[in-house]
Amino acid sequence: MIVKTPIVLAISISFALSTALIGCATPQRATDGEVSLKLRAMQSRSYDTVDVEKAIRVAMATLQDLGFVIDNADAELGTVSATKLANAATKMTITVRLRGKTEILVRASAQYKLLTVEDPTFYQQFFTAYSKSMFLEAHEIDPAAPGY
Amino acid sequence: MVPFFFVACESNTIPKDALLMKEPTTEIRQRQARRYATTDEKKVLISAVQLLQDLGFNTENSETKVGLVVVSKDRSAVDGGQVAGQIFAAVILGVRVPIDKDQKIRASVVTCPSADRKAIDVRVTFQRLVWDDQGQLCKLERLDDPEMYRDFYEKLSKALFLEAQGVG
Repeated sequence: MIVKTPIVLAISISFALSTALIGCATPQRATDGEVSLKLRAMQSRSYDTVDVEKAIRVAMATLQDLGFVIDNADAELGTVSATKLANAATKMTITVRLRGKTEILVRASAQYKLLTVEDPTFYQQFFTAYSKSMFLEAHEIDPAAPGY
Repeated sequence: MVPFFFVACESNTIPKDALLMKEPTTEIRQRQARRYATTDEKKVLISAVQLLQDLGFNTENSETKVGLVVVSKDRSAVDGGQVAGQIFAAVILGVRVPIDKDQKIRASVVTCPSADRKAIDVRVTFQRLVWDDQGQLCKLERLDDPEMYRDFYEKLSKALFLEAQGVG
């Protein structure tokens, strides 16, 4: 049997507490100014059309093609949300809005479990599939520009 | 003290393969989608809702303007084999193994006029969430049983008095 002296016990407890209190590394938050702009840029594309309804329908079809099940859509607000279930849930929201008089802005944002997806490849994959279905070329946008 | 070394943090990174967005095979698309020779999109949506209601689903959401209906139903997920396994584990090994208890089956139906505007394309997707007997969400999956999709479209065709054509 191991006999613990008070000092050993105190050291053990303080070590245990310090170990337990070591927090997990907090990922960089998307609310930081610079990150937010970068994230917004990777999540957004503009298209030379003003047909918001078509853009929403294409978003739903693209998401279904990519294995998502549509959760919700609102034609007035121009939003679509969908979930993909494969071990864990990936949730995605697409918003479509007019930008000026000749184009629409499509923004896609995704969440995997409790984490915001900040991987540009993920959004590129989505917009590649989306553009193909829209029969239109996607334009990258500058989220810092006026009128974004 | 040893267990403290193994206190695992919830991973802050997303596995690369979790974000891979593969386009479906033609087989999956054909299974999930059909085309009906009608221009009445609303009628197709209404028939789909009524059919799903017949199948025990409740409507969660709908947006007729862009052709969407989302439904779900809660059912028991208890499986005889799992229960037997749980009893075996409890008796022989003295451990409690969680088993599936409840499930939510969700379906979303999306309709869209075909490119030539002479027909309506319908695509349905099913998924299910399963909770074990300890209330933990233990399974998340898309349902891919071809029989389920075939059955859905057979019934929808009857309700619409129209023959379904494949899409894709």
